[in-house]
Amino acid sequence: MDLYRLTIAGVRALLDKKEISVRDMLDSVFRRIDAVDDRVRAFVTVTREKAFGTAEGIQEQINRQGTSGRSPVLGVPIAVKDNMCTRGILTTCSSNMLHNFIPPYESTVTARLSDHGYVLAGKTNLDEFAMGSSTENSGFFTTRNPWDFERIPGGSSGGSAAAVAADECIAALGSDTGGSIRQPAALCGVVGLKPTYGRVSRYGLVAFASSLDQIGPLTKNVRDSALLMNIIAGHDPLDSTSAPVPLPDFTAVLDRDMKGIKIGIPKEYFIEGMHAEVLAAVREAIRQLESLGAVPVEVSLPHTGYAVATYYVLATSEASSNLARYDGVKYGFRAKGRDLMDMYVNTRAQGFGTEVKRRIMLGTYALSSGYYEAYYRKAQQARTLIKKDFEDAFNRVDVLVTPTSPTAAFKIGEKTADPLQMYLSDIFTISVNLAGVPAISIPCGFTSDNLPVGVQLIGKHFDEEAILQVAHAYEQSTDWHRRKPAL
Amino acid sequence: MKYEAVIGLEVHAQMLTETKIFCGCPAKFGAEPNTQTCPVCIGMPGVLPVLNKKALEFSIKTGFAMNCGISPYSRFARKNYFYPDLPKGYQISQYELPICEHGYIEIVVDGNVKRIGITRIHMEEDAGKNIHGSASGGNFSFVDLNRTGVPLMEIVSEPDMRTPVEAVAYMKKLRAILRYLGVCDGNMEQGSLRCDANVSIRPVGREDFGVKVEIKNINSFRFVEKALEYEIKRQANVLKDGGMIRQETRLWDATTGTTQPMRTKEEAHDYRYFPEPDLVPIMVDQTWLEDIKKSLRELPDVKRERFVSEYGLPDYDADLLVSEKAIADWFEDAVKLGGQPKVVSNWIMGELLRLLNSDNKPFEECLLKPEQLVGMLKLIEDGTISGKIAKAVFEEMYRTGKESGVIIKEKGLVQIRDTGEIERIVGDVIAKHPKEVARFKEGEQKLMGFFVGQVMKATKGKANPQMINELLRKKLS
Repeated sequence: MDLYRLTIAGVRALLDKKEISVRDMLDSVFRRIDAVDDRVRAFVTVTREKAFGTAEGIQEQINRQGTSGRSPVLGVPIAVKDNMCTRGILTTCSSNMLHNFIPPYESTVTARLSDHGYVLAGKTNLDEFAMGSSTENSGFFTTRNPWDFERIPGGSSGGSAAAVAADECIAALGSDTGGSIRQPAALCGVVGLKPTYGRVSRYGLVAFASSLDQIGPLTKNVRDSALLMNIIAGHDPLDSTSAPVPLPDFTAVLDRDMKGIKIGIPKEYFIEGMHAEVLAAVREAIRQLESLGAVPVEVSLPHTGYAVATYYVLATSEASSNLARYDGVKYGFRAKGRDLMDMYVNTRAQGFGTEVKRRIMLGTYALSSGYYEAYYRKAQQARTLIKKDFEDAFNRVDVLVTPTSPTAAFKIGEKTADPLQMYLSDIFTISVNLAGVPAISIPCGFTSDNLPVGVQLIGKHFDEEAILQVAHAYEQSTDWHRRKPAL
Repeated sequence: MKYEAVIGLEVHAQMLTETKIFCGCPAKFGAEPNTQTCPVCIGMPGVLPVLNKKALEFSIKTGFAMNCGISPYSRFARKNYFYPDLPKGYQISQYELPICEHGYIEIVVDGNVKRIGITRIHMEEDAGKNIHGSASGGNFSFVDLNRTGVPLMEIVSEPDMRTPVEAVAYMKKLRAILRYLGVCDGNMEQGSLRCDANVSIRPVGREDFGVKVEIKNINSFRFVEKALEYEIKRQANVLKDGGMIRQETRLWDATTGTTQPMRTKEEAHDYRYFPEPDLVPIMVDQTWLEDIKKSLRELPDVKRERFVSEYGLPDYDADLLVSEKAIADWFEDAVKLGGQPKVVSNWIMGELLRLLNSDNKPFEECLLKPEQLVGMLKLIEDGTISGKIAKAVFEEMYRTGKESGVIIKEKGLVQIRDTGEIERIVGDVIAKHPKEVARFKEGEQKLMGFFVGQVMKATKGKANPQMINELLRKKLS
């Protein structure tokens, strides 16, 4: 059996029956990585040795205590986007600036997974500092879409999405600032959840835009997404913005009947210029949900048109400040210079890639005296209106249904010359981050080119349960998530 | 033309919290470089700040003590600039919506009470320290990040002061309040209390302000006065010569006693303030505010009035005693142990502060205990020692920490009350000074003091002065 094809729940079933050892599981996954990753290029770092070391300890525990009552991720190889700090393990953000950075501390999410006995498979590629929608902005290399190696996997969590799609891990973590989990999930045909802002601790996640960043799971099905949420979600005293709110069992709602659930169809999300086959697949998904008992309601999110502009002012403003610490003084890359200022300038000019520098400059401009009112403050006001759009819509419906991305995976190099075109690939995902609400992308079909299409379900603040429930019901009634790329 | 100065002060006070403002590192001064740091305060990738509640409490306390309003909704902001002692590339501070606003404190200058407005008090993190040049032992600059993240309060005054003397009085009052509250040790030399001054001048009688100059690097009370005096004179001279005052930042140079312009490159900052997204806005709980208010200690002004009314002290004594909480506490302890208030006050003002001053010691380091003074006062009262001897005993107690009784015994300082012995010495003195005796008998009464002095000298001050007087009068009449 190809163990690498398993889901989290699938691994557990075999461990329970003692049909496999943790070592068997790892052997399978790392052999898979060996077989396909020179083509997929999902990983920046493969942590094979450490993984086998960890596995030994876990196996001993299992031998002593069995698996009953233990965490579902016990012995499960999981990949982590390379912008989450892992103690003693290279954490690069796919940037030359951090090409040699080994953190002496652990992010809260990976610490929680460790407490549950997961095994880190490796650190995955991303657009540098999570800025991008294709991994083409990685300072190291571009990850390929497992469905078509000439195409991008989406981004910025493209490495994690591709690794899950190519079965190079059982599940993965990504981060989502404007769609960076959901868009690559859609383009690679996997499940990607961006939780409510404040649901998952950001401690140890290298910040891109602090008020928008959120960590979430990329998985092979919806149940695995809920299982990972049960572990990574919850208040963290190390993150003041993580909310002290009650934590449900996210798997408890999965099998609930969704009859009568109101699904809102925001008219602003079904627009001209969208890929016709993507539109058709999403429309078909809505019909499917209807057949499962959902009640569709047309709603309006009137300020949607301002989302991309608002996002690119706020996210770049925060980024310009968050990335100031990479100055060559204490860690990471340092260029030579005649004096301090020269060293700063050379370090940042050489250490950062083009897109990162573009965004730092944009954000610096938006915050400068004389422009702050016109850009940053205006954008904050627009953000409030966008948030209110969602609140109004959720007074009428339980879940919103939209496309995740206006197109399927595009060709490598297709949009690199035009940043604006690239920014528009997040047009359906960005508002969700601005509003802070949770959203999930699940597979809902394929184009005639055999490229996956995703549908996005958006929920109320701290109501991941509703979108997981609808997503699960839909998934149970379709086979899209079972299709695998031919590698 | 006659000018008057307009002065406002921006004071940075390091808070006396155990730990830093956004992480758990100790906030203590003086440790080995870079031993009190963690990923949070040195700005490693991915780490997040968490507000130290004590720093918030200290700021609120200070706000109450300075009659400020406490903002029900306050937040942090980032101040962005590059410098090696600022590891994140921004300082977490407050900008819009500081924690305290619209207060005042009162100062007394030449017996007149003046109210100085407090514009705002806000919280921020301190930066680290760069060590340059020869101190770093070569061609390098070193960075010590122990201080990075130590909590600061920035206390900004209104431009309400008109003279350097008022500015010093304001600084002293502010320092006293901070020390009373226990929120800052107020040490200007060590940098736990720092002062920047904004100063402009205008023709007397004018309402509008002149162009202001900011003076930095003032690190003692004496320099507050000196720097302002210099700067006011400098500005007046510029105007007298027909020049214009330039809005600029100048550094006080204590060695030359002048202010010098800072290089413009260093002040050409656009800090790009924006709300700190890693911290949630501060919404202070009303009952907690009430608790803090209730916990406030008695402040100098109130204590001063009480000292006058309760102990009958003159204004002058009360002012001096309350200037430091430690002095006021010492005084009250001594009074509680039975010391006469005015007598205790005299010993503190006359001897204790003189001794501490000459040793250059702050009052906290005073080893002498109130009970030791009170014990000695009893010995004076019951005639065991004379007031004159007591001064020597006091100094000995202060230096050695020994009890007065022990000192008296060791040094044989017990007062001579044996009439026979004193009589004998009085006789000797009279015999040795026939000329003075003659002049005294001719009516030169003031020579009495001379005879007393001679007897005292002979007894090394141990004779009871009353007895000497009586015996002398008897023998000379």
